[in-house]
Amino acid sequence: MRARLFALVIKEFLAILRDAKSRMVLIGPPLIQLVIFGYAASFDLNHVPFAVYDQDQSVASRDLVADFAGSRAFQQVAVLHGPQHIKDLIDSRQVEMVLDIDPRFSRDLLTNQPAPVQVIVDGRNSNTALVILGYANTIIADASARWAASHGGAPPPAQLQTQALFNQNLDSHWFIIPGIVALLTQVVTLLVVGLSVAREREAGTFDQILVTPLRPFDILLGKSLPGLIIGLAEGSVIILAAHFWFRVPLLGGLVQLYTGLFLFTAAVTGIGLMISSLAATQQQALLGAFLFMVPSIILSGFATPIANMPVLVQELTLLNPMRYALVVIRDCFLEQPGFCTLLPQYLAMTALALFSLAAAGWLFRKRSV
Amino acid sequence: MVVAAMPAPNEPEPDSAKPLVIAGITRHFHIGKRLVTALDKVSASTAPGLVTGLIGPDGAGKTTLMRLIAGLLRADAGSIHVFGTDVRAAPLVVQGMISYMPQRFGLYEDLTVGENLDLYADLQGVATAARAARYAELLHMTGLADFTARLAGRLSGGMKQKLGLACTLIRPPRLLLLDEPTVGVDPVSRRELWQIVDHLVRKAGMSVLLSTAYLDEAERCDEVLLLHEGQLIGSGQPGDFTQAMAGRSFQVRAPGRSKRALQAALAPLAGVTDAVIQGEAVRLVLDAHTLPATISPPGFDDLRITPAAPRFEDRFVDLLRGKTGATAAVMPVAAEIIAPVAAEAVIEAVHLVKQFGAFTAVDDISFSVRRGEIFGLLGANGAGKSTTFRMLCGLLPATSGHLRVDGYDLRHATATARGRLGYMAQKFSLYGDLSVMQNLRFFAAAYGLSRQRRAERIGWALREFELAPLADATSRDLPLGFKQRMALACALMHEPDVLFLDEPTSGVDPLARREFWQRINALAERGVTVLVTTHFMDEAEYCDRLVIMAQGRILAAGTSEALKQAARTASQPEPSMEDAFIALIMADSAKTTGQAA
Repeated sequence: MRARLFALVIKEFLAILRDAKSRMVLIGPPLIQLVIFGYAASFDLNHVPFAVYDQDQSVASRDLVADFAGSRAFQQVAVLHGPQHIKDLIDSRQVEMVLDIDPRFSRDLLTNQPAPVQVIVDGRNSNTALVILGYANTIIADASARWAASHGGAPPPAQLQTQALFNQNLDSHWFIIPGIVALLTQVVTLLVVGLSVAREREAGTFDQILVTPLRPFDILLGKSLPGLIIGLAEGSVIILAAHFWFRVPLLGGLVQLYTGLFLFTAAVTGIGLMISSLAATQQQALLGAFLFMVPSIILSGFATPIANMPVLVQELTLLNPMRYALVVIRDCFLEQPGFCTLLPQYLAMTALALFSLAAAGWLFRKRSV
Repeated sequence: MVVAAMPAPNEPEPDSAKPLVIAGITRHFHIGKRLVTALDKVSASTAPGLVTGLIGPDGAGKTTLMRLIAGLLRADAGSIHVFGTDVRAAPLVVQGMISYMPQRFGLYEDLTVGENLDLYADLQGVATAARAARYAELLHMTGLADFTARLAGRLSGGMKQKLGLACTLIRPPRLLLLDEPTVGVDPVSRRELWQIVDHLVRKAGMSVLLSTAYLDEAERCDEVLLLHEGQLIGSGQPGDFTQAMAGRSFQVRAPGRSKRALQAALAPLAGVTDAVIQGEAVRLVLDAHTLPATISPPGFDDLRITPAAPRFEDRFVDLLRGKTGATAAVMPVAAEIIAPVAAEAVIEAVHLVKQFGAFTAVDDISFSVRRGEIFGLLGANGAGKSTTFRMLCGLLPATSGHLRVDGYDLRHATATARGRLGYMAQKFSLYGDLSVMQNLRFFAAAYGLSRQRRAERIGWALREFELAPLADATSRDLPLGFKQRMALACALMHEPDVLFLDEPTSGVDPLARREFWQRINALAERGVTVLVTTHFMDEAEYCDRLVIMAQGRILAAGTSEALKQAARTASQPEPSMEDAFIALIMADSAKTTGQAA
């Protein structure tokens, strides 16, 4: 029995590795996505172009402008001498923010009155606008505190002391790159497993193995194991790249990380096999894989928080294995989670894996024998 | 290559009267890592107003030559002139003079017959005014006039082929290229297609180049070009080919002895060009210097040798043997009769029905196969033989009825029961990305052989099927004949008691087909039960018994001899298997019409 299973697994690996196109699936997409996400994708804003409309023209106002211009987040690209150009600059996307300093700014400061500063933001991309406002607020708050300290004024009654745990600099790469581990493991496992049965159906070899003494369960296992192994290997490569190339700290235990990765790959393998059992051709299988892949990534919390989604959709994400895998992987990179902390995620993925593999087995029997 | 750079020395003058002048055409392809010479310095010419047959097995280079003539491919060397125009220099001019119907003609299955014609008329730029008359003529000729509103996808295989031909002929060409128009088409439609082609040549004065792998079709052509592995091995009138074999073909019988043992004994003798089973006798072809009286296979004293009419195929085999130097014996002679045919039924189908939705693919069929018998399911594509076959193997559930293979219903049988059957799928399904050795290893393990047994059987397969030199070759890149050998090797890895063969020899050359059947005969002699599906009428001769299927039903069952006997009439004293088949279909449709009336 073990010999037959071994033969099936060996056959599957040979079929994947000896075919140039299948080899590309293993190497191409991961490499491209790693580069794109690793270098290009970031929530952080740098060098936001902004214009200054300084109606005060005082020492204090120039200090404030210098604070903005000197920060890494902003880059001053224009100086305005009247309000009429504000609209043009924003409409034409030359600047994303205009800093409008009131003529009474320094007078109000010196008389200990609240000194008004207006920040005009391009709201067309609400996400960016909010981030810009956040940055601007921080700079202005720092400037007020410094003014209060140097001019003997009373400090603000309450002060917000922020400290980000686990990712002190709030570097969004630390958030995105561990996510790629889950993303790419899913893409590759799904493609490898999803196409494998359909490929054999097209070639006619599926009939050929169905008439051998191999039982459907053996065949199913022979299809799952390679998917599992390839998924884990792919995940490992990305983990290594994340840690050693992109320098994301890897603080958590590898046992916790790999438990999660294993359960995740098992669940994805099950889904891949379900798709594969239903598809008659490789084309159908590919379509099925993408039909699953796109919503599963959007509904996983990879880029947008699940908490922001409508309640019904949030409930739908409970069926998405990637949602749990992301929690496990991100936690394991940035903190040292205990096994118990991650238990709910493990249990959910175990349930999904068992369900999808069982369903695949059922579909498989129904469609083949 | 120096030769390629120079014009072929015997290049003829462009002749505008000749439909085709081919001079020194060479074309290579890369298949995987292998460089294949699809055509090797082929030179030929055809005469106008004739049907020229391009005859050869799959991989002989027929399609490549067609595509070169149609200007869809460029030759590596040589030239082709169509009515005096060089294809390479003026492909558009040539394409204006020809029509090309490829093997799988691009019918739009979701359009009706009429819409397909409209589409091709638009594509060919046929004037609207001229269409009605042309359509009427084509529809009459193809017998499709009553079906103009039917979707092309819902036509039978033969009707699709005829519609394809009609679309090809929308604008009457001077030269018509037909690439294997009769493959898989039922014999009645095949006959009708030939009538259309004859009509075109006679009435419209068209020149036709028609390729086919069926050697019996050669005799219907006015002249033939024989291709084998990219080389032109003969050309001329088919009658001349057959005539060359006059006095060399015989029928041999040995009363009371097994025909398979007789065939196996005759094949290796010196002077024997060909020995194949034909019904209850063995058809023997001798070389030019051997007299039938000198033939004495060891162990056979009482031989009845009678002269037989030569066939085109005899000459083809003769030419191939001369070329390759191979003898008729491919493998050691099997010991005679180890397990005589027993009365015990190994394969049984009783009132078997398979429905796909409203469509009945297999309509209440019953038959049984005895141990050690070679049993054939004969029929055109779509007759229901593959569906029957898949039900017997347990790959498809039957809608109703009862079936048994070696005592088991394979659909519900245990893995062990499946271990007793061998299966060779259509198109020789193997793992194309794996090497020969890897495929053998996989199937040996899949059949659960012990480690030692696996090593033995793999060794046997490499030896017996002469695969050892190719052990590391990627199986996808193998020539068709080797794929077939390998598929059989994989199916026999576990020495099965029952062997299922689905279209086992389609497309392979006559020698490979003979070799294959010799192996199957030897297996049957050892008591292996063989079930084979085929649309090759000739192949029916190799079966002990067969059923003829059409539209999901069994039209007739029995030995090939008996089936041919039943079709014997005054006008047809020596009917072929195809004649018998057509007679059955005609009788059946007469009956159905009679019932309907």
